[in-house]
Amino acid sequence: MIAEARDGAQTLLKCLEAGGIEYMFGYSGGAALPIFDALETAGTKIKFVLARHEQGAVHMADGYARATGRPAAVLVTSGPGAGNTITGIMTAHMDSIPMVVISGQQVTWMLGKDAFQEADIFGITMPIVKHSYLVKNTDDIPRITKEALHIATTGRPGPVLIDMPKNISQGVCNAPLEAEIDLPGYHPDVAYDVNEAEVIAIADAINRSKRPVILAGHGAMLAHAGPELKELAETCQIPVTSTLLGKGIFPESHELSLGMLGMHGTAYANKAICEADLIMSVGSRFDDRIIGQADKFGRNATIIHIDIDPAEIGKMIKPDLQAIGDAKVILTALNKHVTRLQTKDWLAHLDGYKKRFPLNYKKQGGLKMQHILDVMDQLTKSRAVVCTDVGQHQMWAAQFCKTEAPWDWISSGGAGTMGFGFPAAIGAQLGRPDDIVVAVVGDGGFQMTLFELSTAVLQKTPVKILILNNHFLGMVRQWQELFFDNRKSGVDLEGNPDFVKLAEAYGAKGFQIKRPADIEKVLTRALEYNDGPCVINCEVVQEDNVFPMIPAGAALEDMIIEKPKYRMEKPVGST
Amino acid sequence: MNRTIITTDTPVTTLELAIPEQPLHTLSVLVNNQPGVLARIAQVFARRGYNIESLVVSPAADGRFSRMTIGARGEESGLDQIKAQCNKLIDVIHCYDHTSDDIVSKELALVKISVGPDRRAEALQIGEHYGCKTLDLSQDSLILMVTGDSGKLDAMIDMMSDFGIIELVRTGKVVMTRGSGTT
Repeated sequence: MIAEARDGAQTLLKCLEAGGIEYMFGYSGGAALPIFDALETAGTKIKFVLARHEQGAVHMADGYARATGRPAAVLVTSGPGAGNTITGIMTAHMDSIPMVVISGQQVTWMLGKDAFQEADIFGITMPIVKHSYLVKNTDDIPRITKEALHIATTGRPGPVLIDMPKNISQGVCNAPLEAEIDLPGYHPDVAYDVNEAEVIAIADAINRSKRPVILAGHGAMLAHAGPELKELAETCQIPVTSTLLGKGIFPESHELSLGMLGMHGTAYANKAICEADLIMSVGSRFDDRIIGQADKFGRNATIIHIDIDPAEIGKMIKPDLQAIGDAKVILTALNKHVTRLQTKDWLAHLDGYKKRFPLNYKKQGGLKMQHILDVMDQLTKSRAVVCTDVGQHQMWAAQFCKTEAPWDWISSGGAGTMGFGFPAAIGAQLGRPDDIVVAVVGDGGFQMTLFELSTAVLQKTPVKILILNNHFLGMVRQWQELFFDNRKSGVDLEGNPDFVKLAEAYGAKGFQIKRPADIEKVLTRALEYNDGPCVINCEVVQEDNVFPMIPAGAALEDMIIEKPKYRMEKPVGST
Repeated sequence: MNRTIITTDTPVTTLELAIPEQPLHTLSVLVNNQPGVLARIAQVFARRGYNIESLVVSPAADGRFSRMTIGARGEESGLDQIKAQCNKLIDVIHCYDHTSDDIVSKELALVKISVGPDRRAEALQIGEHYGCKTLDLSQDSLILMVTGDSGKLDAMIDMMSDFGIIELVRTGKVVMTRGSGTT
């Protein structure tokens, strides 16, 4: 502890540091001045990264958490600074990502008086945080900081906001740094109590099944349940499909892996779900992107739902059997009761689908996103940390970048936030400095947060920014082509800058891929470039479509493998 | 009341037609006594398009907590989700649906009716039938207080509407489980 009186801001940083925070991403401003000053005076080991926009800062903290499993902090000022964090916080909340966001705030006696740069960020963020605090007393800071980290990282993780008025951060803190948590309504420990009867019922159902499928989601990853999941799949010989965010919890090169399911998942994963007699979800929330038409999902199957969040049970799909708790603990218990199943025929049947409906693309006819991603996957031996943006490139990356290990796949799933991929990759690279981090982005999403090139250059993060540039908002254009008589509206990105020159203007390295013949040569050079970030601009064919596809709201059996000859009805599903 | 909702793609419907089929649920929520908790609870309902019909908030026996008694109409499945989402809030100690439990349920209403000397005795007699207390008396109005279950209040208000109701304030019902049950 420092000798002289400690102020609120110094206390905050000391408590965050004691709670294991390594990185803090943010942007300065008036109401946060005491906290920024404390970064200089408190003698903290926390590394502060100055982003170029608050949204970028939150995505960096998000990417750091998704790559390491540990939370980072975000520090922004009041009003517009706090307002700019909204998309980032929402993205983290939708995907259950732990983080602590600290916003500066007006002095307490000006609250509610429309003071300069005052925004009710406590109220604004309420629906998109796991919990939030408006600090009214400097002596509460040790307790609130400890609670915030505890809440963010336990149970189903999520973002926690601490709104810190300037007089509170500036005030003297007399409370000791070590504080007691006082959360009478929060009991994440119950997730580790196994209900043996539930587990045995699930084991019995598995042991009786003929055509079982495991559906692995992000919850399995957050619970570090990879080894237990693998043991279950291998012991029982059950094929495993994963959600977008579950990619990597089960190695995708494994013979039991079916890859990703859902709207743009593999045909064999979706067919397996349609034909299964037992579907066991481990840490997925049966998102509309994977179940399609809810009442047709798994109609003929026993559905088992394992989730840490009781509110997810029965929200989308009413399961036949359930277990609420930590996936690792439940799977460990389950593994004691299961036996090897006679699934040889079932696996052979699914292998038939793998051969009939493989993920493929034509290498002729121009430069294809799929081709680039395929080569990138081979060159990195599927061991790169792949951070994607949102759109066609994201789905092709999910299909063609095989994820072999947990925490190697980073993508905005629930929120579908464009502009996420590149800043998330910066955070991921800071958390995993020895790994290759590739930001797979489209020309649309990249331009939403490209200013973070400055941050990446200054931090010397060797992120490879793979721009799959089709000069379109490709996924929306695909829907317009399929469902709106190919009327292109609001999707033409004419006026794109020269991304190579742009990279150079920021002091980053620029590469260009224009022909299929360039892919391997240029990617090899880019992957070896480690003196900071590099941009690889790929001029891909402009109009290409992602298949397989299940139109929104349609059932999994209505999956289309290629563009139909007939005009399709507008989808009735969510979006 | 006959409110009209108009959406872009549906014909005009009235809420009166839509609502009565949905059962009224009574939730009891024990929460931390802190700013913002009510807003968090209200958002859980509003986000899913549920209207809170009645709401009573007051300190619990243990001063660290507050008790909210919430009346809301809606489909069972939707309310199950709302209950689960309320329980998930860090500030919520517990959230129980007492709709089908063995409970006592009471509500209080203040009813200001328009009545002059000519029908005053009649009004007071009806009030007496419902066990009302007269809180205020003036030349052309009086205020009655009635307590009991919500159905009794509905009946009393219906009877008094004959005189003309100037103002009506209902507390919304509070409930408590009988015997050893936890509210």
